[in-house]
Amino acid sequence: MELSGDDIFTQFLKDEGVEYIFGYPGGAVLHIYDALFRQDAVKHILVRHEQGATHAADGYARSTGKPGVVLVTSGPGATNAVTGIATAYLDSIPLVVITGQVTSAFIGSDAFQEVDSVGITRPCVKHNFLVKDVKDLAITLKKAFYVATTGRPGPVVVDIPKDITDPHIKIPYEYPESLELRSYKPVVEVQAPQIETAVDALLSAKRPMIYSGGGSVLSNASNELRTFTRQLGYPITQTLMGLGAYPDPDPLNVGMLGMHGTYEANMAMHDCDVLFAVGARFDDRVTGDLEQFCPNAKVIHIDIDPASISKNVHVDIPIIGDVKQVLVELSNAIIASKREPDAKALKNWWKQIKEWSSKDCLRYDRNSALIKPQFVVEKLYEVTGGDAFITSDVGQHQMFAAQFYKFDEPRRWINSGGLGTMGFGLPAAIGTQLGNPDATVACVTGEASIQMCIQELATAFQYSTPIKVINLNNRYMGMVRQWQEFFYESRYSQSYVEALPDFVKLAEAYGHVGIRIEKPEDVEGALKEAFAMKDRLVFMDFITDQKENVYPMIAAGKGHHEMHERELA
Amino acid sequence: MQHIISLLMENESGALSRVAGLFSARGYNIESLTVAPTEDETLSRMTIVTSGSNEIIEQINKQLDKLIDVVKLIDITANGDHIERELMLIKVQADSSEKREEVKRQADIFKGRILDVTDTTYIIELTGEGSKLDGFIKAMDKKDILETVRSGATGITRGETCLKL
Ligand SMILES: Cc1ncc(C[n+]2csc(CCOP(=O)(O)OP(=O)(O)O)c2C)c(N)n1
Ligand SMILES: [Mg+2]
Repeated sequence: MELSGDDIFTQFLKDEGVEYIFGYPGGAVLHIYDALFRQDAVKHILVRHEQGATHAADGYARSTGKPGVVLVTSGPGATNAVTGIATAYLDSIPLVVITGQVTSAFIGSDAFQEVDSVGITRPCVKHNFLVKDVKDLAITLKKAFYVATTGRPGPVVVDIPKDITDPHIKIPYEYPESLELRSYKPVVEVQAPQIETAVDALLSAKRPMIYSGGGSVLSNASNELRTFTRQLGYPITQTLMGLGAYPDPDPLNVGMLGMHGTYEANMAMHDCDVLFAVGARFDDRVTGDLEQFCPNAKVIHIDIDPASISKNVHVDIPIIGDVKQVLVELSNAIIASKREPDAKALKNWWKQIKEWSSKDCLRYDRNSALIKPQFVVEKLYEVTGGDAFITSDVGQHQMFAAQFYKFDEPRRWINSGGLGTMGFGLPAAIGTQLGNPDATVACVTGEASIQMCIQELATAFQYSTPIKVINLNNRYMGMVRQWQEFFYESRYSQSYVEALPDFVKLAEAYGHVGIRIEKPEDVEGALKEAFAMKDRLVFMDFITDQKENVYPMIAAGKGHHEMHERELA
Repeated sequence: MQHIISLLMENESGALSRVAGLFSARGYNIESLTVAPTEDETLSRMTIVTSGSNEIIEQINKQLDKLIDVVKLIDITANGDHIERELMLIKVQADSSEKREEVKRQADIFKGRILDVTDTTYIIELTGEGSKLDGFIKAMDKKDILETVRSGATGITRGETCLKL
C-alpha cells in the first residue's frame, strides 16, 4: 500500500486499534486533520484546550488500561499539553502525545509557532521522538506505543514536522506488527532466590504490613493481590494511587495511608516489623519524615522499575518484576513452603490494629446544620451503589472522596496523585465516560479546581457524556486554607475565591443541567434526581461548610505516629 | 566517592541532552562527560565522572540505565580493576631560559611531551589519571599557566569484562 504521511498516521492508528484521539487542530497538524476527515475508524474528540486533551486521554487510559492518544499542534498547542503530560508522567500513565512541528527546513529558525517540543517535554516523558523522515513515521509511532505501554508505563511524545505528513509524498506502508528495541527490555525474569527470601521474611513476621500502590492497578494485579493478602491474613493499606486494587470495605483493609490516611494504617506502618511494599514508590506524602519511617521494619519491595528500589527508603529484599507475576510466584511459593504465618503474633497484631481503628479517625460532625463534604461523598457512595468511576481534582474534596468513597474495584478512582494537577477532574471524567460508555461517572471537585478546565463542559456537551459533577463548593481553596489555618496562624492569604460564578447558570449556559444544594437534608434527594438523568451532564453545586478540615493529618516532615486528629465536641 | 560510568548509547541527536538533563534534573554531580563515536556507527560511547554516596551512585546507574537511548552501561569504578586516562594540553609561560629549563624538567618527570614552542610559551601534552594531571598543574608556577584544556576522563575495565553489545 502506497500512502502519504498524513494517511499513514491515521491508518497506523486504526491498525494499532486506537478508538479515540483527543485533540485540537492548528497549522502544523492540518494535513493530519485532513486525513482524519477522510476516515471514520478513529474518532476524534475535539476538546476546548490542549490541557483538557491530555487529561481526557489520561482518564481514558486510567479507566480502560489502554493507552490514551493526543494530537496537538506545534508551539502553544504543545506547551498547553505539557501539564497533562507531566500529570501522566508522575502517575505512570500510558499516553502517546503527537505534537505537530514546523516544517523540517524551518526547525531552529524561530519560525511561527515553533517551540522545541522534544526539549520542553524531555524531563516529563518516558521518551520522546522527533520524526525526521516520512519513512520512519510508522515505526516511530509503533515505538511510541510500545514504550508507553510496557514496563513502567508513561507518556511518550512524537513530534512530527509538517512536511512529514505532506499529502503529496507517498511511500509504501505496512503496519509494523512487532518491534525490538535493543536499548529497551521491559520484560524481566523474576529472580527465584529473591522470592524465597521474601517468603521467609513474610512468614517470619510478627507485625506484617502490606502497602500497595498504583503499580498494583497498572499491572492489573487486583485478583492476585486479593489472593495473596487473604492467603496470609495480613493487614493491607493502599496509597492514594492504589485505591480499589484491594477492595474496600474488607476486614483486612485498614484504609489509605499517608498524609491524610487513617490512624490505624499510619500507626501500623510505624510499628510493623515487615513491610511488604507492592507497586508503591515511597512518595513523601506517604512516608512522612523518612528518618521516622517504619523504624523497625524489614522492607520487601516489588517494583517493575529498578530505579524505584531504594530510591527514598532502603529496601532489604528487592524484587524487580511485574507486580502481577511476582504476586503469583509469591503465593505459589508460600503454599509450597508448607509454612503458616505466626498465628499467635498475628492475633496480637490485629488486636492492636483494632484498638487503633476504634478511634474512628474519620469521624465528623453529623449533626451540622451545614452540608459537610464528607456527608456528600458518603451519600454519593450510597446513591451510586459504590459502582461509579470517580474522578477528582486536587484539594480537600479529593481527600474526602478518597477517604469516604469505598472503591472495591481497581481503575475506578481516577485522580492526579503525583503531580496534584487542579483541572484534571472534568476532562478526565470525559475520557473515562468515553472509554466506559455505560458506566456511571462522577467528578468530585472544588469550586477552584473546576474552573481550571471548566471550558471542557462544552466538550462534554458535544459528545453527550452524562457526567455528574459534584462540586464541593466551600468558597475557599480549602486545602490551602487548611494549611494556612494550621501553619500560618489563619492568615488566609489569597485562598478565598471572590467573585465565584453562578455554577448553575454556568452549567446551563453550556447546555447542561445545574442544581444548587444548600441544606444537608436535600443532599440525598438531589443526588438521586441527578443520577436518574442518565443522558445529561448534571452539575451539582453543593454549598458546603466553609471551614471543614481534612483529618487525620500528618504535617509535612512528621512521622506516621504524629497525626493531627479531629477534636469533636 | 568518585565513580566513572561508561555507557553505550544510540547515536541519536537527543541522546546527550537526555543524559545531561537527567543529571541536572535530579541534582547529581557531574565532574566530566565525554562522548565519541565507536567502531559501530550506530552507537556512541559516553564516559561520565560523577561522585556521591553509594546510594546516589546506585540511583545514577539505575536512572541512566532507564533512559531508553542507553543500550548498555558499566560502572567502571564499581567493577574493580580498570584503567583511567585523561588528556591535558597546557600552555605555560616560558620566556626565560630558567623557566624553559624548569618546565622541560617537570614535563620529563611527568612523561609529558612538548608539542609547541614559541619565544615565550610552551604547550605540553600530558596523559594519565586525573590526579597526575592535577599534580603537574601544582608543579607549575600558577602565574605561568596561560591556559589548560582537559578532555575529561575515559576508562576501560581490565581483563575479560567488556562494555560491548
Ligand atoms: C494547577 C495547580 N495550582 C495550584 C495548586 C495548589 N493547590 C492545591 S489544593 C488547592 C486548592 C483547591 O481548591 P478547591 O478546588 O476549591 O478544593 P478544596 O480544597 O476547597 O476542596 C490549590 C490552589 C495545585 N494543586 N494545582
Ligand atoms: Mg474549595
